[in-house]
Amino acid sequence: MIRLERRKEPSKIWRIANPFLAVVLTMIAGGIMFAALGKDPVAAIRLIFFDPLFSEQFGSYSRPQLLIKTAPLILIAVGLAIGFKANIWNIGAEGQYIMGALFGAGVALAFYPIEGWYIFPLMILAGALGGFMWAMIPAILKTRFNTNEILVSLLLVYVAERILAAMALGLMRNPDQPGFPGSRDLRRYDSAHNAELIANTGLHWGVVAALIAVIFAYVMMTRHMLGFHVQLAGQAPRAARFGGVSPARLVIICLGLAGALAGLAGMFEVSGPGGQVRIEFATGYGFTAIIVAFLGRLNPIGIVLAGFLLGLTYIGGELSQMMLQLPGASIQVFQGMLLFFLLALDFQTNYRIRLTQGARA
Amino acid sequence: MILGSINPAVLLAALMVAATPILLAAIGELVVEKSGVLNLGVEGMMIMGACLGFIIAVNSGSPLLGFVGAALAGMVLAALFALLTQVLMTNHVATGLALTLFGLGLTALLGQQYVGITPPRTPRLDLGPLAQIPFFGRAFFRHDIVVYLTIALVGAVWWFLKYSRAGMILRAVGENHDAAHALGYHVKRVRLMAILFGGACAGLGGAYLSLIRVAGWTEGMTVGAGWIALALVVFASWRPWRALAGAYLFGGVVVLQLNLQAAGVRIPVEYLSMSPYLITILVLVLISSGKARASLNAPGSLNKPFHASS
Repeated sequence: MIRLERRKEPSKIWRIANPFLAVVLTMIAGGIMFAALGKDPVAAIRLIFFDPLFSEQFGSYSRPQLLIKTAPLILIAVGLAIGFKANIWNIGAEGQYIMGALFGAGVALAFYPIEGWYIFPLMILAGALGGFMWAMIPAILKTRFNTNEILVSLLLVYVAERILAAMALGLMRNPDQPGFPGSRDLRRYDSAHNAELIANTGLHWGVVAALIAVIFAYVMMTRHMLGFHVQLAGQAPRAARFGGVSPARLVIICLGLAGALAGLAGMFEVSGPGGQVRIEFATGYGFTAIIVAFLGRLNPIGIVLAGFLLGLTYIGGELSQMMLQLPGASIQVFQGMLLFFLLALDFQTNYRIRLTQGARA
Repeated sequence: MILGSINPAVLLAALMVAATPILLAAIGELVVEKSGVLNLGVEGMMIMGACLGFIIAVNSGSPLLGFVGAALAGMVLAALFALLTQVLMTNHVATGLALTLFGLGLTALLGQQYVGITPPRTPRLDLGPLAQIPFFGRAFFRHDIVVYLTIALVGAVWWFLKYSRAGMILRAVGENHDAAHALGYHVKRVRLMAILFGGACAGLGGAYLSLIRVAGWTEGMTVGAGWIALALVVFASWRPWRALAGAYLFGGVVVLQLNLQAAGVRIPVEYLSMSPYLITILVLVLISSGKARASLNAPGSLNKPFHASS
């Protein structure tokens, strides 16, 4: 008979090996799925995981895209991971991302057409503020009224999507082109343009911000008292309370930090690669970042690696949309499977399988 | 003036139709949570039901087969959730999210060729003279059979949880799994069955959306209905009849908002269409705070991992 035994210490080897194993298993399962749908499995997997970087045909287009797609994922995931460690489940980062973009773009559009060095820094502040404020809704409802933050933060994504549509069609619509939905193109407004810092690399201010966020989070989680409190609250909530950690304060900090970072990601996107406030502006970075956080083991360094991998699948998803006529959302199948496999494999991190002699045991 | 143009009988009829999908999903999730498991993948199971139910109904020409297929599709996804959370002891929140992402992606892929197709019609239940009663006939007695079966299901779940022996075991498992285990009940087996039931219900709710309420398939068509169903369970304080009341209340908001849109109220459509989500949040706040808060009624072992190691 098979018996499960809880390990005294989670296995370190499996903790590191599992994300890699999960990726391999996802590729295999994804290939089987494509074959079942009548598409060439090898070509599809190649297109999603390899071609964005190594193809001669699209490489020159998609290599710079890697940083562009990865930066928002890392920026959002770093914030989410801190909350997840403390068992605070903000799953509405997509909404915070949208609000950050709207606040940032709002500042730019208010100043248009004045040029000035101070405009971009103001947009950064506004973007962080937008995400922060949107995240404060579930945070304050949780601390004041004990409302479930999972449901509230998620439901607010749908609200944010509708505000985005209302803005693109109404208040922020480009007055010079009233026939089209969408705001002015911020890439054509020098003071607000989040331009590439080095041409053809995809390196923009959002990438710099992601790097700073990773370092900041790493130091905070390993060296600072707050990081210790976060870990304590997640692993031993009772001990944390006796130790003087205020759960309410932690909820506000974790949600606020994640919200501000998601807002920043949205602002850097709308002022750079995205370019304008459009109805289709949000492409699911906020949800993918949840997977990045888990795949990266809630660890800032791991999140960087996981961010690059999922950024890659984003580009691969776009390529397969063009080349294989797959719907854009099908990349979510991969993301869902990746998380399934990772969670399932983690089983052996915490448990040991023992074979015992059934009848006598 | 604008409100005057809305016929209350039509409004009531539309409300019952709008409430049915979330009520189906919510009553399933209610049973799941009563057994001590929180399945956050309702949205994913619903969209699977919506998509597969639609595909099967279109290809077979039978809405009934579509509903059966939808229930099975929801159960398959639920079985995956059960395998991960009950056997492999994974984190419930993360697993539920994975279920939702997976469901949304897979259905986008599977349903690609089915956008813009009209499903076979589900016939209205012929209630004879009842349907001819002025006002009431129009409001309550001219629906498809699923609307009535859903109400019957609420009653059945209420009876099951309150009076049947199996229902009491399920509640015992949800309230205190260690005690239930000590008494010799199979905690995991009970939970597995509850999760499967929840998956079937969510699948049916999704199929109701694609086959009857919307009568068409579009990518991501559940737009948060599964999450609203989860909120509804909290609102209902885990009581079946209150879930029914909550779903109809919510259906009323949705229908009223749609009618206001159609009547051309001078509020942009985008703001009107966010009202269901905002009202759900408001209701969650009201129900979660204060002395009479719903959480006092929550199953004792809800969302706590169970591992019979000792």
